[in-house]
Amino acid sequence: MSFIQTARRTAAGLALSAGMLAGLGSAFAADTKPGPDSNKQFFPIASYRVGPYASAGAQIWAAMIDYLRYVNEVEGGINGVKIVWQECETEWTADKGIECYERHKHGLNGAPVAIYLPNGAPAAYALTDRAAQDKIPLITLAYGRTEATDGRVFPYIFPVILTFYSEASALVNYIAEREGGLDKLKGKKIATVYHDSAYGRETLEPLALLAKTYGFENIQIPVADPGNEQSSQWRQVREAKPDWVFLRTWGVSTPVAIKTAARFGFPVDRIIGDVWASSEEDVLPAGDAAKGYLALTPYPAGATFDIHQRLKKAIIDTGKSDLRDVSKFGSVYYNSGLTDALVFVEAVRIAQKKFGNRPVTGEEAQWALEHFKLDDARLKEAGFLGLVQNLELTPADHEGGGAVRVQQWDGKEWKLVSDWVQADRKLLRPLIDAKSAAYAKEKGITPRDLSGQ
Amino acid sequence: MTHVSQTLSSSAPLAPLTLPARRPRLALPALLLLAFVAVPLVGNDYWLGAILVPFLILSLAGLGLNLLTGYAGQTSLGSGGFMAVGAFATFGFVVHGGLPLPVAVFLAGLVTAGAGLLFGLPSDRIKGFYLMVSSLAAQFFFEWLFQKFPWFYNYGSSGTIALPRFEIFGLNAGSALGRYYVTLAVVAVLTWIAANLVRSQTGRSFMAIRDMDTAAAVIGIPVYRTKVLAFAVSSFYLGIAGALWAFVYLGSASVQSFGISRSFQVLFIIIIGGMGSISGNFIGAAFISLLPLAIDYTAQYFFAGHVDAGLLQNTQKAIFGVLIIWFLIKEPDGLARLFRNLGERLSNWPLRF
Repeated sequence: MSFIQTARRTAAGLALSAGMLAGLGSAFAADTKPGPDSNKQFFPIASYRVGPYASAGAQIWAAMIDYLRYVNEVEGGINGVKIVWQECETEWTADKGIECYERHKHGLNGAPVAIYLPNGAPAAYALTDRAAQDKIPLITLAYGRTEATDGRVFPYIFPVILTFYSEASALVNYIAEREGGLDKLKGKKIATVYHDSAYGRETLEPLALLAKTYGFENIQIPVADPGNEQSSQWRQVREAKPDWVFLRTWGVSTPVAIKTAARFGFPVDRIIGDVWASSEEDVLPAGDAAKGYLALTPYPAGATFDIHQRLKKAIIDTGKSDLRDVSKFGSVYYNSGLTDALVFVEAVRIAQKKFGNRPVTGEEAQWALEHFKLDDARLKEAGFLGLVQNLELTPADHEGGGAVRVQQWDGKEWKLVSDWVQADRKLLRPLIDAKSAAYAKEKGITPRDLSGQ
Repeated sequence: MTHVSQTLSSSAPLAPLTLPARRPRLALPALLLLAFVAVPLVGNDYWLGAILVPFLILSLAGLGLNLLTGYAGQTSLGSGGFMAVGAFATFGFVVHGGLPLPVAVFLAGLVTAGAGLLFGLPSDRIKGFYLMVSSLAAQFFFEWLFQKFPWFYNYGSSGTIALPRFEIFGLNAGSALGRYYVTLAVVAVLTWIAANLVRSQTGRSFMAIRDMDTAAAVIGIPVYRTKVLAFAVSSFYLGIAGALWAFVYLGSASVQSFGISRSFQVLFIIIIGGMGSISGNFIGAAFISLLPLAIDYTAQYFFAGHVDAGLLQNTQKAIFGVLIIWFLIKEPDGLARLFRNLGERLSNWPLRF
């Protein structure tokens, strides 16, 4: 009767799904053995297309895919080596991020992984040890541990381009530029309104040091997560009357901060947002209150860079773009994805110079990243001049850049208002060294001896 | 009286007075043999380290909550918070106290039990959904606590906790196989204890309170003390699960790993798997952790590249949700009951009564 039928159907269904899981699982996961794609380079994309950050994510993945497709179709791959990619949903969590990493670390159909982008702080922290064990370099662009800059302790982590320490220093240098020199900072007040989390607290130390060095007054005002009510913080700001406010918020707390600042009469063009408060999504919800808001970023918005012309011709206009909403072309998040993809492609190119024009392994890519060099000539050739800064990494220094550009929101789009503003990384390096030494001590790591290199 | 029963036993064709010999129970040894020997033989790193380890840990967390909710009838949404206590306490014992990992994990379980006891105190006056809401306090309090005071994560800049080395009695258990065996051993022992606990007097008191606490009080069960005990035992399990989640699976954790969504996930595991059932936790955890992967692989295999990736991901979520609803309509008592019914029917198949 129906019981039996149900039972049979259920059993059949379960068996089927179990079989599928087993069968497909082995087809995907057990690709340690060489496959048909062994002449290609695999670029795993640990994406988040569901969850609260999906709208930002969709632009990042689209940019990565568009650029890789462009390299494949127009440039014929990286020195002839085609790139294959596959996505895996992480939902911006550590546990799913690990699953994705484990799924992809053996490559795809024989195409090896050169570099892995965890795309999210929780996954990046969780993968620290695994990646070092598997000898796969992780790139954490503008997030993650600052002390990972120290390649002696973190050989396989690359917080390329910008750490939060450099961000703080670049901010101070930009303010100095506006005030007419570093000596003019004396007696000025810089308030930092920050998200009270590990991310937000990361600039406490460098700003304290910078305040001591240049003699400005350093005011720190925390905002508890999620930060959708900030009256008391901005009342504090109004009472302190700072010359500048450094806004280190994240997610919903950014537009709320901008709107609350307007309500308390703090001029918006004296607020400078940080990397994670510098996208269109951060200012649009604030409406008119955001007009004139400044933000610093290592990957400015705009679709006028040379690479955008090329992408438009080859990818966007031919309908091959992964972007569903083409109006997002050239957004801050889109351009951040382009930057990620460029670093990957260039690292593979540099590895190929040493190891030959073939797909490279994680270990080879790690060597390439430690000898990474991106100068104006190469940036111009690649079409990224103005969008990406000069980079030079060494085995000891895994950041390599440390510059930002400042952009201003005009109510409709971002306008660049500065050239590259370089951080004073020498000044902050002792702080970073102390932190990485503490980490090495806690974890019992002996730092690599780089004197021979 | 005596006379009547004697005549009955001697002549009437009634049911035998001795119970029929039970079939030898082979299922459990077979399962253990499978888990300890067969799976490690065929499984690769990905299966052991990235699928089975989190599955087992989630089962353990489900078991912890099931003791409280399924057996003792006390609802809770604080599971994530208690897991966080276990993880951060373990870290504290290792880093600040210098204790070996197994000792630290055990002590962390006791600390979590204490925390659970504390948050179980209101259960004297608050019942049902109201208790569930008050247990949210535990969730949010611990999230706040472990983020606010850097001492808990040893002043690290990332706000995350990670063990210096993953060692058990001096042996490095960092490989996927090592992690699997550690998890499996802990889960097997704790499951065995839980199975015995629910058959003991304590377990029966739990169930009496669940079914009707007034009646339980009438027959002399100390209701309040038993409720608080259930909170403590449940939290002990959750604390161990949290420590395993942080250090055996993730390797490094922060409060985000134990957010409110983790509490809901554990709650869903026991609702889908089956309240008041030991095996239900494993079935529920398998459903929650393996089914989305199966759907994902299927979707990737058939549709990747043809359908917009965002749409594909969101559709998978929808399908998963529909499956939950479908299973719960088919069997409101959870998958454990579904499987038991299935087993009973299959044992008579094809002859039915």
